[in-house]
Amino acid sequence: MTRHRFFTRFYLGFIFVFLYLPLLVLIVYSFNQSRYSTNWTGWTLHWYRSLWDNTLLLDAAVNSLIVAGISSVTATAIGTLAAVAFYRYRFIGRKVLYSLVYVVMMSPDIVMGISLLIFFMLVGLPIGFQTLLLSHITFCLPFVVVTVYARISGFDPRVIEAARDLGAGEFQTFRYILLPLLMPAVVSGWLLSFTLSLDDVIVSFFVTGPTFEILPLKIYSMVRLGVKPEVNALSTVLFGFTLIMVTLSQLLVKERKR
Amino acid sequence: MSRAVVQLQHITKTYDGLAAVDDLSLEVFAGEFLTLLGPSGCGKTTILRLIAGFEAPDRGDIRIDDVRVNALPPNRRDVNTVFQSYALFPHMNVFDNVAFGLKLKGLQRNAVAERVRDVLEMVQLGGMETRRVTQLSGGQQQRVAFARAVVNEPLVLLLDEPLSALDYRLRKEMQLELKRLHRQLGITFIFVTHDQEEAITMSDRIIVMNQGRVEQSGSPKQIYEEPANLFVARFVGEINTFDGSVEAAGADWLTVRIHGTDFRLVNKRGFRSGDPVKVLLRPEDLQIQKTEPADGKPSLAGAVEELIYKGSTVDVIVRLTDGKPVYVTEFFNENAAYIFYERGQKVWLRWIDRWEVVLPDA
Ligand SMILES: Nc1ncnc2c1ncn2[C@@H]1O[C@H](COP(=O)(O)OP(=O)(O)OP(=O)(O)O)[C@@H](O)[C@H]1O
Ligand SMILES: [Mg+2]
Repeated sequence: MTRHRFFTRFYLGFIFVFLYLPLLVLIVYSFNQSRYSTNWTGWTLHWYRSLWDNTLLLDAAVNSLIVAGISSVTATAIGTLAAVAFYRYRFIGRKVLYSLVYVVMMSPDIVMGISLLIFFMLVGLPIGFQTLLLSHITFCLPFVVVTVYARISGFDPRVIEAARDLGAGEFQTFRYILLPLLMPAVVSGWLLSFTLSLDDVIVSFFVTGPTFEILPLKIYSMVRLGVKPEVNALSTVLFGFTLIMVTLSQLLVKERKR
Repeated sequence: MSRAVVQLQHITKTYDGLAAVDDLSLEVFAGEFLTLLGPSGCGKTTILRLIAGFEAPDRGDIRIDDVRVNALPPNRRDVNTVFQSYALFPHMNVFDNVAFGLKLKGLQRNAVAERVRDVLEMVQLGGMETRRVTQLSGGQQQRVAFARAVVNEPLVLLLDEPLSALDYRLRKEMQLELKRLHRQLGITFIFVTHDQEEAITMSDRIIVMNQGRVEQSGSPKQIYEEPANLFVARFVGEINTFDGSVEAAGADWLTVRIHGTDFRLVNKRGFRSGDPVKVLLRPEDLQIQKTEPADGKPSLAGAVEELIYKGSTVDVIVRLTDGKPVYVTEFFNENAAYIFYERGQKVWLRWIDRWEVVLPDA
């Protein structure tokens, strides 16, 4: 009994160390005085200060947040409606369309990036903010559809019929029955989109240009010249941000449940 | 006869080429408690779904309150449904579930609260307003489902086997309660069940269905005592079926030979001499005599094979001399506080004149 428990504890601990030790190292080293990140010379907030002064980097961060914010909200809205449509209506090509959602999700980022680039060139859209936003919406969309659809297909269809029976039109059924019941899936779909958009490198690499720089690409170009402690500081800030987001969304879902 | 609130006119509904409802017509009258009774898969649920508007008929017309509603969506029909699975809104509490329909109608907040409170009181859920529906027992969920539907005061209430998920005792209790609520509310009920006992207990009128068609429509008494055909006779209650042939017939009498014995019966269906018939007798209509009747009236001779004690009754299986088993139910009463037969004991069966049902041998 106790040995068994000891083993499970140990195992769990091991997994957490495996997952979080690299992050921890990164966080600790963001406070390191040394310019060369491998040897420890003492605590400092210097890199955070210099990060704050690095307007190029900050601009890129703001751009990233803007793109992630808009694209995740848009993808969530479209994706939720799409999932509801897949569930509620029987139309020709429904199955094919749903399979295509998976195709988009599974296709390698590099293929996605190149094909989007070619598409934008064909329609004559200049590479920049618009194209980046469109691309992010595109690759986030399937994740929302799949997340929401998974939940909706577990519903008792009679519940929706009951709403109709009691006098609710299509919109009211969506607003008062479907949406509240789908909320946890919608929130997690949105969160997934937000993080996917925030840390995308490969697709973004193809579909944005110097007119609109985003954080992952900026970091990528910085580390090609060696990892500066500034990057550590930035990553720590980003990590903290993600942590707050996740906690917030979990709380939101909990709140709904009660 | 009062006004017809729902009319189905030559309705056909097919799924994948198979008819679930087959050229069926029926009328539902204002204020009645109508039960659709039939075996599993005979199309009862489909009829309710057609009336509610969840399905559209392939052929035929549906009229509610004399208006053709074929193309009207469910939210615009003045009927409400109590679903078999209850289908309560899991994210809402009891109050919000019941108030849903009223809020959609745009009723004032105070009026909604008052109506909901009254209805919850009526179904004995007063004070439960803020409970989550997922935390209620089956019987309580059933009451919420009922309250949620009747609070809208629909023209017709559709109930699809609402009691089938409840245990025996609760079910009996809810049967009586539904009857009471029906009387109290004055709403027309269309109730679906495949339990014939339940149908007989509760209904003003029963429609017996089979394979998407109506077999018989009538009061519980008519259905039980004068089944229109063999299907109804066999589906509703236990019944003994005897093969017979008409030996002689007049305008209102006929002589039928059953297992070698001639019986003089009432001719209600214009049978003629030579017609093959089925003579049907309920177990409780048969009487067991321990000695051969001396009055010279005909009887069927046999031997007791089995006694089954049922509490208030005793079921006796009698095997006729030619081998056919017959079921007889005897009641305990002041004349028969004690019922006993030896296995193998010789007995004679007869019944009160006119209590038999004679049907053509299909
Ligand atoms: N959505 C559907 N798709 C295909 N077939 C269906 C559908 N709904 C009903 N059916 C078929 O129609 C017939 C009648 O079904 P229905 O549900 O009306 O029966 P029921 O009398 O309510 O039976 P039960 O007592 O088992 O509930 C059945 O043969 C059933 O298989
Ligand atoms: Mg059914």
